Amino acid sequence: MKPALSIENLTVSYRNGSSPVTALREVSLEIQPGEVHGLVGESGSGKTTLVLAAMQHLPDQAEITAGSIQLDGQELIGLTQDEMRAVWGTQIALVPQDPLSALNPSLKIGSQLRELRADLSKAEARKKSIGLLEMVQITDPERVAQSYPHQISGGMQQRVMIAMALCMGPKLLILDEPTTGLDSTTEAVVLDLIRDLMHESQTATLYVSHSLGVIAQFADQLTVLYASELVEHGPKMELFEQPLHPYTHGLLDSVPRLGENKHEIQLRSIGGSIPSLGDLPPACVFAPRCSVAIDICHEARPDLESSGVARQVRCYRWEEIQANQVDPRQPPAPPPLAKSDSAESVLKIEDLEVDYDQPRSLAKWLRRSPPQSVRAVDKVRLAIGKGETFGLVGESGSGKTSLAQAVIGLVDPAAGNVELFRAKLPSKISERDRKTLGQLQMVLQNPDEALNPYLSVGQSLARPLVLLGGTNSEDEIDRLLEAVRLPSEYADRYPAQLSGGEKQRVAIARAFAAIPDLVLLDEPVSSLDVSVQASILNLLNHLQRKHGTSLLFISHDIAVIGYLSDYVGVLYLGHLMEVAPSRALFDPPYHPYTEALLSALPLLDPKASQERVRLQGELPSPLNPPTGCPFHTRCPRFLGQICVEQTPPWQEDETGTSIYCHIPLEDLREEQGLVFAMRKRK
Amino acid sequence: MAVEATTAGATPVRGWRPLTVLTSLYRRPASAAGTTIVLVFLLMALIGPVVAPYGVNEQIASEARQSPSPDHWFGTDHLGRDVFSRVLYGAREILVVAGLGTLIAVVVGSAIGLLSGYRGGTFDEALMRIFDSLLAIPALLLALLLLGLVGPARNAVMVVIVIVYTPIVARVARSAVLSAKSKGFVQAARMRGESQSWILFREILPSAFPALTVESALRFSYAIFLIAALGFLGIGVQPPNPNWGLMVAEARAHVFQTPWALWMPALAISVLVIGVNLTADGLRRILRAPGE
Amino acid sequence: MSRYILRRIGFLLLTLLITSIIVFGITQVLPGDPARVILGREAGEAALDSLREELGLNDPLPVQYLRWLGDFIRGDWGTSFSTGVEVRPLVMQRLGNSLMLAALTLLIAVPVAIALGVVAGLNENKTVDSAVNVSALSVVGLPEFVTGILLIEIFAFRLGIFPANSSIRPGTSFLEALPMLILPALTASLVILAYISRMTRVGVIGEVSKPYVRTARLKGLSQWSVTSRHVLRNALLPTIAVIAISFGWLISGLIVVENVYNYPGLGRLMIFAIDRRDLPIIQAVAMVAVLAFALANLAADLFSGYLNPRIRLQ
Repeated sequence: MKPALSIENLTVSYRNGSSPVTALREVSLEIQPGEVHGLVGESGSGKTTLVLAAMQHLPDQAEITAGSIQLDGQELIGLTQDEMRAVWGTQIALVPQDPLSALNPSLKIGSQLRELRADLSKAEARKKSIGLLEMVQITDPERVAQSYPHQISGGMQQRVMIAMALCMGPKLLILDEPTTGLDSTTEAVVLDLIRDLMHESQTATLYVSHSLGVIAQFADQLTVLYASELVEHGPKMELFEQPLHPYTHGLLDSVPRLGENKHEIQLRSIGGSIPSLGDLPPACVFAPRCSVAIDICHEARPDLESSGVARQVRCYRWEEIQANQVDPRQPPAPPPLAKSDSAESVLKIEDLEVDYDQPRSLAKWLRRSPPQSVRAVDKVRLAIGKGETFGLVGESGSGKTSLAQAVIGLVDPAAGNVELFRAKLPSKISERDRKTLGQLQMVLQNPDEALNPYLSVGQSLARPLVLLGGTNSEDEIDRLLEAVRLPSEYADRYPAQLSGGEKQRVAIARAFAAIPDLVLLDEPVSSLDVSVQASILNLLNHLQRKHGTSLLFISHDIAVIGYLSDYVGVLYLGHLMEVAPSRALFDPPYHPYTEALLSALPLLDPKASQERVRLQGELPSPLNPPTGCPFHTRCPRFLGQICVEQTPPWQEDETGTSIYCHIPLEDLREEQGLVFAMRKRK
Repeated sequence: MAVEATTAGATPVRGWRPLTVLTSLYRRPASAAGTTIVLVFLLMALIGPVVAPYGVNEQIASEARQSPSPDHWFGTDHLGRDVFSRVLYGAREILVVAGLGTLIAVVVGSAIGLLSGYRGGTFDEALMRIFDSLLAIPALLLALLLLGLVGPARNAVMVVIVIVYTPIVARVARSAVLSAKSKGFVQAARMRGESQSWILFREILPSAFPALTVESALRFSYAIFLIAALGFLGIGVQPPNPNWGLMVAEARAHVFQTPWALWMPALAISVLVIGVNLTADGLRRILRAPGE
Repeated sequence: MSRYILRRIGFLLLTLLITSIIVFGITQVLPGDPARVILGREAGEAALDSLREELGLNDPLPVQYLRWLGDFIRGDWGTSFSTGVEVRPLVMQRLGNSLMLAALTLLIAVPVAIALGVVAGLNENKTVDSAVNVSALSVVGLPEFVTGILLIEIFAFRLGIFPANSSIRPGTSFLEALPMLILPALTASLVILAYISRMTRVGVIGEVSKPYVRTARLKGLSQWSVTSRHVLRNALLPTIAVIAISFGWLISGLIVVENVYNYPGLGRLMIFAIDRRDLPIIQAVAMVAVLAFALANLAADLFSGYLNPRIRLQ
């Protein structure tokens, strides 16, 4: 049987001014019809280049300097634009990362779907497009067809993209991080859909993702790319059971698995950072970061060797690794201190409410009618003790960012009480004294905007030292840089010269400069590469251990939250749904929303089992919040009228888990099994 | 971008010291040409009146209507005045008025825009509405209204430039502030209790700097344009002012006899404005944060 | 959408109100005695006083303003100080002439500018793009009076195709006036052409790199389809606003062009009135010009709001 896609020795360079940069070096892979091939790589790995090359849609500066790409036997390299036009849409299709920007904002969905079938009459094309929308399980296809992209939700937009891709029954389907921009619960539903559709068709699929969990669930075969090179390839099961390349080991080690906690297992991060493509290590690209590198690794580039049936690896020591003679895993981070029993209260939040006023029309303003407001945070209570990490998990619209901004003083709360060390914390920054400001700091979401581009790293770090710490010296700045594992030369660099991970480290250093007692972190690792995430998480643990700092950690990733935190709070539409010690979070009873979140996360273990708990409908508009229990419109365990009419009680059990639900805890405990079962890692 | 690379190992570069800006401008042919033109005219403005062979209104009747010659490089006009000298004097005239006017407009406009944008609220909204109304009056019309009834007065033209261009500079400054205000590093500054003036001047202003610089260059070009047009229309200036536009208007009646008296000042205006525009375009491309 | 419309109209009225205050304020605050202008230098004090009384010049400014505004809205724009004719018919007639010229200018400038901008944008960094870019930058630099005189030199004096002077008689129709409109329209169109083509180019370049264009290409659609249905459909939306903004340039440009060509429009009237300190004419022309500009902007806002699904369906 001919492979649907056959890439052989592909090498692609970019003309980057005077010096060309090689983005892909001698990469080969094959996908059979009906097979799902996972492509794993971080930024700079070349996976985007590979995708663009496979579609023959490389930008002008790119040049294929060697290799061949064959689609069902037909060579694609060298085809003209006109010839490729016949291939696109009919034989190759792409589902890209961000569906909203991939849809024309001025055309209706139906119109964009019909473009694919210009050969049919308008009526037939219309019927076909409704059929397509039904195929991707959209419940109201007529309405969606008549809508514009911005009028439908992200999940629906992605389904439309999937429909467009599968419309002509392509031989090769490329999925480029299709669920990265979606909420976990929406992602789960879309992944279900993809899984169902894959089942039925004989399409060959190239699934590109940085998320090992998704790959573990979907792929049959796996290719790992690092800094333009193919480092390992093989069947999924074998690769996950026994990876042979140190980088693959590193990737698998550095992701916290659902159910793991920092007290039980220490993440191993990969030292160093991803090399820039213009400045690659001369021999083995991974050697500078490899814990088992030997002399030859720094002298000559290893060849791709066959290590089994349909398995290949590019490493000198793969046989030793296979025979367990050598452990390529990076050393684990040191374990955190055991929590002290005296939990001095650092932060106490009581009944916090944050509202956002909607802008009023001139007419309403003249009439002085009160502005409509959106309640982003609704009567939240939580407490953080000394040296503790409190993790706040929620999807978009949960209010987690608003909560943090209210505590730090960027936003005024509408009601509620916040106490820092049992003293009332003024809600405005201007009312807080220097000491208080030094006690409470925050790391914001976007590392690219976290630093002033016109100040050097050293200058950015000097400010908090001067203002809050009362000192300012080069030694202090060096100390800070060292604490976040950055070389002291970085003090003279400007943000534009730093990578995302490095910028985030500087932001963390800045937050810790005056040795605060509590640091809020809003999605600090979400936009970073996987291998960098682990080192940041370890860094946070290390800083906490060193200074006894408490952390309020916000994320949408429940595995990361579960790993890092001592206590976890689950937020939905501004309400806390569950608060539990992190180890108890993973065992029943769960709040139905927590249950759904836990079942949505793609598990890293291909042999793991996971319940399928999915949410109905869409997130309610915050302008019109549901009555009674805010979750009742989507709850899979909806009881009845009581959920609509009455606000639920808080129920607490002996493990310290508190659940905001009408369903009695014993009933939950009985009905809910373990949502997931993963094998512990070695 | 398909290729994402880290920048480990890059050396620090300061992106916007004046000398660096100048050398960067000279890297591309278009902006190099523009910058050279501007520098030449600046030189003319500086030393023109000193090196000019004749006086600004020196009328030598016997040498009237002469075509360009070694004695009179640009010829003489119908009154016997040396066109080259008048063009030189005119350079200082137009550059001083346009330059000072633009400078004041930029300083005042930036200050207003920065403060208003930073403050926000109803004050900001109201102020912007007023400025929008000023902007609803086309520049030349506004200038005519202001000037036409005052009569020719040298400083009046400069004041008019300030009034006409301050609103748009304020808008540009304000939008730069608004976009910077929401960025993480500004919020980080607020969180550590930085004073308002620190946040405005050390955190926000540098981000506004590139946009404001380019806008200043553009305003300068429009100011020159405007002053020349006013001169041509005879509003706000009167003979024997060496305003190039006025020179063109005066020479129109005698264009068959002394065409050079019309085309030389016209050329001067055109070349200068093109030069400033090319420079402004070049600045727009090169002004970035350090290290980029 | 209706909320959007109301907001825009409200903004228009507010703008006009503030502008009228500015126009009135400027003309009142500045030195010069209208009574003396009307009666001449030799008039006696008594005559001047009684005329000032008659003109209401001794009333407090706000009262004068309101009276003036009220009159203006009702259509009473006063009598010319220098010529004694009624201002409104004069201004309206000149307005008609200026509109003819403006229409022809836009007719020439807009299609050419959009076409150039689109071609340049679709061929970014290739020779045709640089050529368009540099010419635009250069042409913008040429003041209208320079190009005007240049065009007259070439087409009127050297080649003799068009007349050098465009003073048409009142009541001339558009078609009859056409030969005399061409040179001034060409002159006025250059600056606008440069501006619109640059903005269009930037808009097209911005859209071409967006992900939905890639999606369209990857559907196998023809180059034409991708360009027209996807790129241009979105890129040209802001062009409507750009054209409205260039109206401001147009008004400024027409003032100069009409003077170069001796064309009896509002621009010439304005200079005429300023030379004679004829307040009523100055005020009326200023208000009409601002009104025209504001209406053009309103029309553009509403039109592009209608075309933009995000706004239309709020």
